[in-house]
Amino acid sequence: MSDAGRTILEVRDLKVRAGERQILDGLSLTVRAGEVHAIMGPNGSGKSTLTGVLAGRPGFEVVSGGATYLGRDLLAMAPEERAREGLFLAFQYPVEIPGVNNVYLLKASLNALRRHRGEPELDAFEFLNLVRSKLAEMHMDESLLNRGVNEGFSGGEKKRNEILQMTLLQPTLALLDETDSGLDIDALKLVADGVNALRSPDRAIVLVTHYQRLLDHVVPDRVHVLAGGRIVKSGGRELALELEQRGYDWLREGTAAA
Amino acid sequence: MSAKQPELESLVARKYRHGFVTDIASDTVAPGLDEDVIRFISAKKGEPAFMLDWRLKAYRRWMRMEVPTWAHVHYPPIDFQEISYYSAPKQNKDGPKSLADVDPKLLETYDKLGIPLHERARLAGVAVDAVFDSVSVATTFKERLAEAGVIFCPFSEAVHKHPALVEKYLGTVVPVGDNFYAALNSAVFTDGSFVFVPKGVRCPMELSTYFRINASKTGQFERTLIVAEEGSHVSYLEGCTAPMRDENQLHAAVVELVALDDAEIKYSTVQNWYPGDENGVGGIYNFVTKRGDCRGRNSKISWTQVETGSAITWKYPSCILRGDGSSGVFHSVALANHYQQADTGTKMIHMGRNTTSTIISKGISAGHGQNAYRGLVKVLPGADGARNHTQCDSLLMGPHCGAHTFPYIEVKNPTAVVEHEATTSKISDDQLFYCLQRGISAEDAVNMIVNGFCRQVFRELPMEFAVEAQNLLAVSLEGAVG
Repeated sequence: MSDAGRTILEVRDLKVRAGERQILDGLSLTVRAGEVHAIMGPNGSGKSTLTGVLAGRPGFEVVSGGATYLGRDLLAMAPEERAREGLFLAFQYPVEIPGVNNVYLLKASLNALRRHRGEPELDAFEFLNLVRSKLAEMHMDESLLNRGVNEGFSGGEKKRNEILQMTLLQPTLALLDETDSGLDIDALKLVADGVNALRSPDRAIVLVTHYQRLLDHVVPDRVHVLAGGRIVKSGGRELALELEQRGYDWLREGTAAA
Repeated sequence: MSAKQPELESLVARKYRHGFVTDIASDTVAPGLDEDVIRFISAKKGEPAFMLDWRLKAYRRWMRMEVPTWAHVHYPPIDFQEISYYSAPKQNKDGPKSLADVDPKLLETYDKLGIPLHERARLAGVAVDAVFDSVSVATTFKERLAEAGVIFCPFSEAVHKHPALVEKYLGTVVPVGDNFYAALNSAVFTDGSFVFVPKGVRCPMELSTYFRINASKTGQFERTLIVAEEGSHVSYLEGCTAPMRDENQLHAAVVELVALDDAEIKYSTVQNWYPGDENGVGGIYNFVTKRGDCRGRNSKISWTQVETGSAITWKYPSCILRGDGSSGVFHSVALANHYQQADTGTKMIHMGRNTTSTIISKGISAGHGQNAYRGLVKVLPGADGARNHTQCDSLLMGPHCGAHTFPYIEVKNPTAVVEHEATTSKISDDQLFYCLQRGISAEDAVNMIVNGFCRQVFRELPMEFAVEAQNLLAVSLEGAVG
């Protein structure tokens, strides 16, 4: 039985501050199973704050509003609990952890999720087989496994490593924070393949992106424009193309006038 | 409402696991130190005259010495007359002839500590000498080692059975008057381990000593001497634990290593003495002198230490690179959590030509811990082509701890190449959040990050001890984040 159509994420009138600055100012968003949403917007519009707050990054203050994930109060959940319940954030700036083998982090992560679901943990052998098959699917090099987590990775390698993690963890809700920025066309294609492979009737994906070129490869169901801390326009795929041609300014003026 | 990410600072609070006391009758001399106590110890051990003379010489030197104050550690003055200098579990006569004669309570203690004395030892292929308070309790695998010609026995036994070897090498690396605590040790040491690996022999197994302080108000002063003859090879590991007590206890050991031509000694320590409680009450004062002499050509001595215990650690395992082409290595992980203070590092003294040394030091500070690296690289005029590489990294956890680095470099030969790298880092909120976002708990994340930081050192340890070291670090850091 498919879960298509059930609400995975619901954000209601969310207002968020970081220090003195109001960053999100009444943002609402509903994401249902099976959907891919793209959130676009100029720099400083609050895109990364949105994904950060949803994933539980410290340093933000929720002033009002809220968010539910699979019907639960998302903002009341600890960050690791959100992750274990299937919420995944692909970081805009993946973090380096020197000396920790990448494969070790991947295994610890997958087993933490499996434990949470009451499934047996994978041993080193089973895990290696699994991760190798994922690498092959993604046309990624095995040498990525035995390096320190993101240590000395190029920008493209870091992003691909995020996609590898996403592919391995099979999240219910994947948030991708500008995963496409700074990628050459081959890497972009790889990221797109990873996202497309994850698409299914019981998952949802939110792509935060600055440019529409990723959307040439991953066709979104909905496109939202974020400006001044709220969604100022929503539409279908054609909205992304319009933004590409006209920029964001016409929308910003629109909000000021409203 | 802000996200509930645990704050890094507060994950530090598990109890010391080895803090039990074994209820065992012991022979303990009254506190205090004078020449009579030294004569008593020497007589108790039935030592030959040369040993008593040596001890008295050390005592007389010690009487004229001052307590060193240059280390970056703070503690109230120690009253050396309050300490008992000899404590031995009561035994039938002269001590155990075999494991069967050892008090079962003692064996139980070692069981609790997880030390493989019996079958586990054989499985692990590790020969263990266990020192309980001041007396060496049992040495496993003596026969198998004897077949290879390796001597591995309690120091007091070596004094009786191999007096010529002891007299030839004892005090040749750390002389009686070397420093305050070494002089004290020389005067009053009660036991320890002795290893002799003859020419051309590769020791067939890892050797290991386990030290445990049990009786209260006693000091532990063990002495270890390892001699590797030409072309031989030996790997040695020591581990330490002590019960939880409110008062501070003194541990002042001396370790001497001698490597002749082409010999190699690898000496590893996992030090887990009681560190005191989370308020800094109690704990072991660990004032230790360890030095290796690369006496022969192309000889090699490497020190690997994982220091997680003790209220105060004051130790600088060093290498004298006397032989041409000899090399010294120092790998260290030192942890200071709660109110622990560590002042540790090494000295590499380059005397021979083309001598090389490598220093890799990883200091971790958490809670109110203070961690200092103190190192000396000295290149003497004759040491043509000497090379040193030093890497000194500090990891800070929380706002109240400290990391300090005191590197000294003295070069008196223009052909020498000396490199020093140092970094200081923190476990960042970003690193922690990244792990949490992957479903990993804060505690596991911290352990993972710290282990990653220490990886260069852990991989130098024998496999089974590397695992122990990782676990120990995890336990010692418990409560460092939360």
